[in-house]
Amino acid sequence: MTWWRRLWWRSQMEAHLEKELRFHIDQHSEQLMARGLAPDKARRQARLGLGGPEQVKEKCRDARGTRWLEDLLQDFRYALRTFRQRPGFAAIALLTLALGIGATTVMFAVINGVLLRPLSYPEPHRLVTLHGFTEEFGEFWGFSNPDFRDAKREIRSLAMAAWTYGGGTISKPGEPEYVDGRKISADLFSTLGIAPLYGRAFRPDEDQPGTAPVAIISYGLWQRDFGGDPAAIGKSLIFEGAPYAVVGVAPPGFQLSGEAEVFTPLGQATDPRMQNREARFIHLIARLRPSVALPKAQAELMLMGRHLAEQYPKSNAGLSMLAHPLQQELVGDVRSTLWLLLSAVGLVLLIACVNIASLLLARAVSRERELAMRVALGAGRGRLARQCLTESAVLGFAGGLLGVLLATISVRPFVAFWPGALPRAEEVHLDWRVLVFAIGASLFSGLLFGLAPALRVPARGLESALRVGARSIAGSSRRLHSAFVVSEIALAVVLLVAAGMLGRSLLSLSSLDPGVNVRNVLTARFALSPGAVANPEQIRAAWQDVLDRARRVPGVESVALADIIPMREGENSLGYWTTPTPPPPNQAPIALASSVTPDYLKVMGIPLRYGRFFTDHDRMGSEMVIVVDENLAQHAFGTKDVVGKRIWIPEMGAAPIEIVGVVGHVRHWGLAADDQSRVRDQIYYPFAQVPAPLLHFFSSVMSIAVRTTIPPLDIVEPLRRELRGAGGDQAMYEERTMEQLVNASLARQRFLLLLFGIFAGLALLLACIGIYGVLAYLTGQRVPEIGVRMALGASARDVLWLVLRQGLALIFAGVGAGTLAALAVGRLLPSLVSGMQPTDVSTFAITIPVLVAAALLASFVPARRASRADPTCALRQD
Amino acid sequence: MTPAKSDLPQGTLDLLILKVIALGPVHGYAIAQRLEQVSRGVVQVPEGSLYPALHRLENRGLLAADWKETETGREAKFYRLTRKGRRQLDAEAASWQRLIDAIGLILGIADGGTP
Repeated sequence: MTWWRRLWWRSQMEAHLEKELRFHIDQHSEQLMARGLAPDKARRQARLGLGGPEQVKEKCRDARGTRWLEDLLQDFRYALRTFRQRPGFAAIALLTLALGIGATTVMFAVINGVLLRPLSYPEPHRLVTLHGFTEEFGEFWGFSNPDFRDAKREIRSLAMAAWTYGGGTISKPGEPEYVDGRKISADLFSTLGIAPLYGRAFRPDEDQPGTAPVAIISYGLWQRDFGGDPAAIGKSLIFEGAPYAVVGVAPPGFQLSGEAEVFTPLGQATDPRMQNREARFIHLIARLRPSVALPKAQAELMLMGRHLAEQYPKSNAGLSMLAHPLQQELVGDVRSTLWLLLSAVGLVLLIACVNIASLLLARAVSRERELAMRVALGAGRGRLARQCLTESAVLGFAGGLLGVLLATISVRPFVAFWPGALPRAEEVHLDWRVLVFAIGASLFSGLLFGLAPALRVPARGLESALRVGARSIAGSSRRLHSAFVVSEIALAVVLLVAAGMLGRSLLSLSSLDPGVNVRNVLTARFALSPGAVANPEQIRAAWQDVLDRARRVPGVESVALADIIPMREGENSLGYWTTPTPPPPNQAPIALASSVTPDYLKVMGIPLRYGRFFTDHDRMGSEMVIVVDENLAQHAFGTKDVVGKRIWIPEMGAAPIEIVGVVGHVRHWGLAADDQSRVRDQIYYPFAQVPAPLLHFFSSVMSIAVRTTIPPLDIVEPLRRELRGAGGDQAMYEERTMEQLVNASLARQRFLLLLFGIFAGLALLLACIGIYGVLAYLTGQRVPEIGVRMALGASARDVLWLVLRQGLALIFAGVGAGTLAALAVGRLLPSLVSGMQPTDVSTFAITIPVLVAAALLASFVPARRASRADPTCALRQD
Repeated sequence: MTPAKSDLPQGTLDLLILKVIALGPVHGYAIAQRLEQVSRGVVQVPEGSLYPALHRLENRGLLAADWKETETGREAKFYRLTRKGRRQLDAEAASWQRLIDAIGLILGIADGGTP
């Protein structure tokens, strides 16, 4: 229906109603006159008999079903009109709201995608991940292959599958490149409930040693190297120097702890770890069988753990198995960060709402007489309240709309901006749940800031509201306005203190000594030519060649190899003890062990405390030697100088090994996390003494570390060219400078600080706008009073102080309340962010003056304006 | 003697209006009068509730209305029952009758009206 027709229809309806009622009254009064009543008396009685024409009209309009719609349209038009009259107010309110709702929506979209949406596998709630557990070391992810095979055979309530890392160099088809890979058990795809895009998954008979090599390739690799041709199935792929038959293509976006390009059957792996019950390098995923609940599976796992511990006490004593929902595992510790950010954004939105509420309230108060008049003329109180709420709902909705628009634009950049990889990032979209949230947030905001003005619609005391002038009404909203300002400042204090805490913690974390000299060091993973790794002698020679070639590159000062690099992913932990008699199984202390070449200390700049580091003479056949860090020395022997002492490391043989040197501790787990990590003892052993059977495996995890005399990133290209090797098929990848790694270890803290800083800044700005607005309004209402004061001899200074005092009272009340809240938040934060330091006085001492100064500035403007008021004008006002 | 006036039980106003209108198209004022006459003054339409009720019934499609001239030559809004309105009237009247019978039984008043 077009506008004019609706209007015409409405006015006709009104005319008919009027006519109908007039007819009734006319008839009635005629009849009464016929009975002898005087005309005016008859008319009056007829009107009374009907129950008051205007009231009846209102009820009739109500009785028509479209009433609410008409009112809504009317209110809507009214709201638009009022906003048009004050475009400045509308623009500011809309902008604040759009920012608040937009930011909240982005945060919720991320939470929705990462935490709330079920995994994109069928029946995702039945998928679990298995963890090992011992009393001493808590939970860990790894299982040994024999344990996996036993558990898979015995356990009835779970369908189990396994995977482990297994990247390598693809030399055909396409350019030689190193790719990430996974070794998976045959039923991994069926356990997850997905099928390859083309071809098939592995058959159980392919998941055994000695069978024909087969591979499943990722969608990306298929597109890149096989041109997305379905005929790729059955073609050959040269991976790690051996031909693999491609049997399947994984669905696009398929991930197992990150993306991988090549999947091979786990059972075909032949390295010695596969038979070692103490080598816990396998990840387990399982699906609950139909009609089995998690507790039952858990009970069966406990039983299995006990069974294995009895059968293999040496390796499995005290070891039990736990099952957790898979989703929980994938998301990890992002959960707390996300909720933390959503709460912070929510606080900003709340401040924005309070701000708008106080603006709307100020307007409602100045309209009080108008409203009282309308009530006196027959407007229902509910009707007027509805009108106020419509106004704020329009504002809320418009703000929400803009906010969603903002969120649509910014959700992708935000996810990309996330430090490290945000788990399930590809699933962050604006879906219906996010839209419902955004609408809910806008409605809630609208209700929140519309409620105060709506509740002020006069109910009682109409006459007094009508009789008095604006002057005396002004004071009546003062308490509510003050409450708004106080709560705004309190919220801003909470955000400021939180940002201050993060900033201070980050500062003290950055100044921690990482234990290595991070300047001018480049690290990179490295894959030898697949042809060079046939036997141990060849492997050693190939690595020596890498070292020699790297040394020749201009700008290289020293070069070393290491299996683990500080602050980068990857670890190798070994149990050790200091007496010939071993402690009970699984109770030995654990140290982080890295296998390095002699120049490692020089490259990393780790200080040597006692004894010596390795030399080229520490090789296969000479006496086994190790170097430990001060932490291990202190922890195991109670003293720092432990050169010449011996320790037993079962993984390196039954004989004790001599400690030849003590070096400084390296914060391997990151600047923030190292203090809280489980494994803080560190051991170094010479790569040259790695026994031959393990060499092939070690070779696959070695990295190269280079100290340079020029900026380390400048050396990447020359180094890469030099190290291609004779066959041109050696690959250097994942180049990182140590500075990058150290920075990345604080990325989460820095990211949080940045966001909290922005939020706190916004909060501060909004709170200042709020206090300015309220004081300006309240002072404006007091102009006549100020006029009187000035006429009676108050100086401009007195007036200034009068207004400032009012502002100060609000500010200090807000700071007081905020400090209490901030103290509570300060207790919460350290449990959520590692490396956070608890609140202390200095954080408050720095942040609160900033807020007070800003707020005072905001209140100074209206105070100054009031003090310059001309008393005669002031007195004449109103 | 003036008979005691009773308040209308909830929901019966609509039924009475439908019944009155069922006799033929009639305008609002006449409905009010007829309700009062027929009930011999016992039933009084609450002040101000007749017209809202008429509009509500019209809105629900139980009544239709036409503007027609009265005998005195003035234009008035005449209400008439729609088919839906007649069904509603029958249904409500029947259920009302059942209620009266049941209450009568409980109070020991036979159908004839004497104990």
